[in-house]
Amino acid sequence: MKAYENPSLESEKISGGQAVYIDQQSPFYPEDNSADIGESDTILDKILLLVRQNKLAVFSALVILIIILLAVFAPVVAPYDPAAQSLRDRLAAPSAEHWFGTDKLGRDIFSRTLYGARVSLAIGLLPTLISMVIGTVLGLFAGYYGGKTDFVIMRLADIMLAFPSLLLAMVVMYTLGGGIVNIFIALSLVNWASTARVVRAQTLSLKEAEYVEAARSMGVKKTTIIFRHILPNCLPSLIVLFTLNIPSAILSESSLSFLGVGAQPPSSSWGLAVTEGRRYLFSEPWVPLVPSAAIMILVMAFNFLGDGLRDVLDPYLKEQ
Amino acid sequence: MLKKILKRVLISIPVLIGVVLLIFIMLRIVPGNPVVTLLGEHVNQQTIDKLSAEMGLDQPIVVQFFKYIWNALHGDFGTSYRMNRSVTQMIMDAFPYTVKLSLLAALISWTIGVVAGVIAAIRQNKLLDRLFMGTALLGVSMPIFMAALLLQYVFAYKLELFPISGYEGFAALILPAIALGWNSAGSIARMTRSNLVEVMQDDFIRTARAKGRTESGVIIFHGLKNALLPVVTMMAIQLSSMLSGAVLTESVFGIPGIGRLAVNAIEDRDMPLLQGTVLFTTVLIIIGNLVADILYSVLDPRIREVK
Repeated sequence: MKAYENPSLESEKISGGQAVYIDQQSPFYPEDNSADIGESDTILDKILLLVRQNKLAVFSALVILIIILLAVFAPVVAPYDPAAQSLRDRLAAPSAEHWFGTDKLGRDIFSRTLYGARVSLAIGLLPTLISMVIGTVLGLFAGYYGGKTDFVIMRLADIMLAFPSLLLAMVVMYTLGGGIVNIFIALSLVNWASTARVVRAQTLSLKEAEYVEAARSMGVKKTTIIFRHILPNCLPSLIVLFTLNIPSAILSESSLSFLGVGAQPPSSSWGLAVTEGRRYLFSEPWVPLVPSAAIMILVMAFNFLGDGLRDVLDPYLKEQ
Repeated sequence: MLKKILKRVLISIPVLIGVVLLIFIMLRIVPGNPVVTLLGEHVNQQTIDKLSAEMGLDQPIVVQFFKYIWNALHGDFGTSYRMNRSVTQMIMDAFPYTVKLSLLAALISWTIGVVAGVIAAIRQNKLLDRLFMGTALLGVSMPIFMAALLLQYVFAYKLELFPISGYEGFAALILPAIALGWNSAGSIARMTRSNLVEVMQDDFIRTARAKGRTESGVIIFHGLKNALLPVVTMMAIQLSSMLSGAVLTESVFGIPGIGRLAVNAIEDRDMPLLQGTVLFTTVLIIIGNLVADILYSVLDPRIREVK
């Protein structure tokens, strides 16, 4: 059944973050009986296991940490003001003075890349968090209440997932107009459905668990059961999903900005920097390629980390 | 079986209606009168009213919606604001380019993906496996426009093997196809590898070996035959997403396909064109998923017989 498992890496990255899915409502979709969530290890134990076993994931976490630190301390680290133009030095090759060269306005690419990391990280973290909160709440309610609630929420999710995510984001950007804030809104609204599906499936199996039944028979309120007893058990999967959704969001932002419908000048988004530098690909290739490489490194680090986390945390993991 | 297929087709219909409704609403809550955007600010009210009536924008939104559905069912997606051409005609002009590009991309990426995945599975945890899987992860992580720019720089500019951009002739499509298939090859390779590794531990593989089949025979006829089932489904989905998702590739290489049309529509604030392209591609995806789902059940007897 691998076609259905772990949609994150296997399928979501096709064609630059296009979400691809198989309808789980399908009569062909196999019955889910793989939820065996009875392990006693805490999340912390499992993360320690990851640290011992998966050097690549640890290295990726380190890379992410460094990028976060560089972004936070960009004003201290950056050798130049990212907006400072110096037409005398325009399109300079990488040198000791300008590590990654300069762009068409003589702005230091290294400094701009550091500041651009702020945009990419913010885009990766915040809309992903918002969309996952929406998806989690909807998934919990759909799974626990079932019936009409479930039907309405899941049909809505079906509709959202039917769109190629890049196209849907493009439509939202058409409605809202360009700009970084609007990308935040677009990505928050577009990506909740896959989370809702995963959480719903887990809730369905968790609500049959004995401890939930015990809570129910003691007369615990429904919302309390959902948020105190079911949600915590979805957390491992949510952590994995979160880590793997971040690179999708980063790729979406850079794709939108690359197409000219995302961030607008003079912001220093990486995707925007690529599209602005495209004209110089053949004469000064570092201008578009440095920000491209920055996107790739950040996305790859999150993918490796997410893969590693999935191996230790995800209870749906196939035994090998 | 037939009943199941029918049921699966029926499930798609509400999704389809929802998709049309969502796009229709989203494109109509855009602030500002589209006619004013189209004509500019300095036009008198009379002209605006006249054009609004001509475009049917003066009617209630519900009437507009059902009219749109009715026309769409008859293959009419309206008229482009900017080009003053039939949107259906524009899509049909652009579609062949996207189809050619996607088919070539599929051919290249699936061949590479399956071969690399099989080799990696046979040499599990050896150097070649690590190398291929590393490359595959690179494929999944690299933004598609970066792959496109790199290919353009190395093979079209430095080595002068292919034209830099354009769409005339087969050679011009090779680089865009590789760029578009790059991600797919990565995920196909990863999937083929992990499936094959798992299948090769099954009992029937041991039986086949015990019967004295050569190792390559066991891998191809017993292992691969089973390992590729989910991969085939994945391929059907990938093809439909390639058909619709070639936006970035087409943009880099200047191919006048569907993706290019959608980007132009946003730049020109051409609502009917955007609406048409998005609906067309989304319907393609829905059909692709449908086919993938049915294909999977036809190919895999274990699912076919589940009640």
